[in-house]
Amino acid sequence: MPKPSGEEPTLLRPSGLVPAFRKFVMSPMSNSLVEPQVESLATAGLSQGDVSDFFALLKPRVMFLVVFTALVGMVVSHPDVHPVVAFVSLLMIAVGGGASGALNMWWDADIDAVMTRTRKRPIPAGKIQPGEALAFGVTLAFGSVIILGLASNWLAAGLLAFTIFFYVVIYSMWLKRSTPQNIVIGGAAGALPPIVAQAAVTGHVAWDSVVLFAIIFMWTPPHFWALALVKSSDYERAGIPMMPNVAGPDSTRFQILAYTILLAPLGLAPVALGFGGLAYAIMALIGGFGMLALAVQVYRLRQGEPAMRVAQQLFGFSILYLFLLFATLLVEHGFGFFRPVFR
Amino acid sequence: MLDRKPPQSLTPEEQKRRRKRSLALALTLGALVLLFYVVTIAKLGPGVLQRPM
Repeated sequence: MPKPSGEEPTLLRPSGLVPAFRKFVMSPMSNSLVEPQVESLATAGLSQGDVSDFFALLKPRVMFLVVFTALVGMVVSHPDVHPVVAFVSLLMIAVGGGASGALNMWWDADIDAVMTRTRKRPIPAGKIQPGEALAFGVTLAFGSVIILGLASNWLAAGLLAFTIFFYVVIYSMWLKRSTPQNIVIGGAAGALPPIVAQAAVTGHVAWDSVVLFAIIFMWTPPHFWALALVKSSDYERAGIPMMPNVAGPDSTRFQILAYTILLAPLGLAPVALGFGGLAYAIMALIGGFGMLALAVQVYRLRQGEPAMRVAQQLFGFSILYLFLLFATLLVEHGFGFFRPVFR
Repeated sequence: MLDRKPPQSLTPEEQKRRRKRSLALALTLGALVLLFYVVTIAKLGPGVLQRPM
């Protein structure tokens, strides 16, 4: 006689995967969070997802950043590698990044449901069940690492596996809900693609990709804290200990300024190391001053609408800054526009 | 056992979404086959024809 659906063991139900797994690895904060809306939909048992919903699980915008920075990591290496191998490596780095996004959305479905910025994501919107997202993410993660290893080398595959592990386990499962330094340390995962890409096409890791890693790593805190200043009530509601909610907006503003003071000269490091040309030097100088000017404004303006507006401006400009730095390197090395600053 | 609806209860919209998912999966599998083939040729080059007797 078939059991009524309500008597099934928790682990066998797709909706039970998230709460059951959290018993093994979880921060104390998770207990207080609102349960995701997916519970009721999961009992339907039938996949509701469209292909576009599965694509959304990959966080396409983050994936674009991953592909873009990885491509620059490849191009500055001037590799002697077959274009097909380079293309497949880039594709697998993108898929690995997408897998990280899907696993992050699976884990964070409860907090995504209570934040305005994320409540329309496929899982909280009820379009995809948590178990589907988990299976999708794990399949893509293993697939991308294995194919990258077979197509290029196992150093790159190991680095990609480490990146996925760092983003999903270290950042999403551990740091995000337990410390205001979450995005500082977790930022390492977002900064690794140039290193993975260089390893994929050259078989080793050199200083140039490490410098690109450092730039993205140092860029992450001002970028995310500018957003956190604007969306602090959202993070508060979700129980995420972002810096403005824990240390306060003023301390966050000071730290944004401090990181930007470190970031602006670091942006010029490729010039000092000889792989950033004249165009890059000009772009890094102008962009660095722009970032500094906005960070100073964020530090000074602390009240009302102007304070929010300038934080929003810093968030937007930080994206443009990073994009321009990497795009300039891409043009210099990929299209033969490199003009050395020092001869 | 999961509490699944019987197939005949799928609405036209659900059927359409299922078809699209199946098609995407088929295309992905096809792309994987092509990818393995192309990478093999790219990595081995003419050596792909040199087999030990």
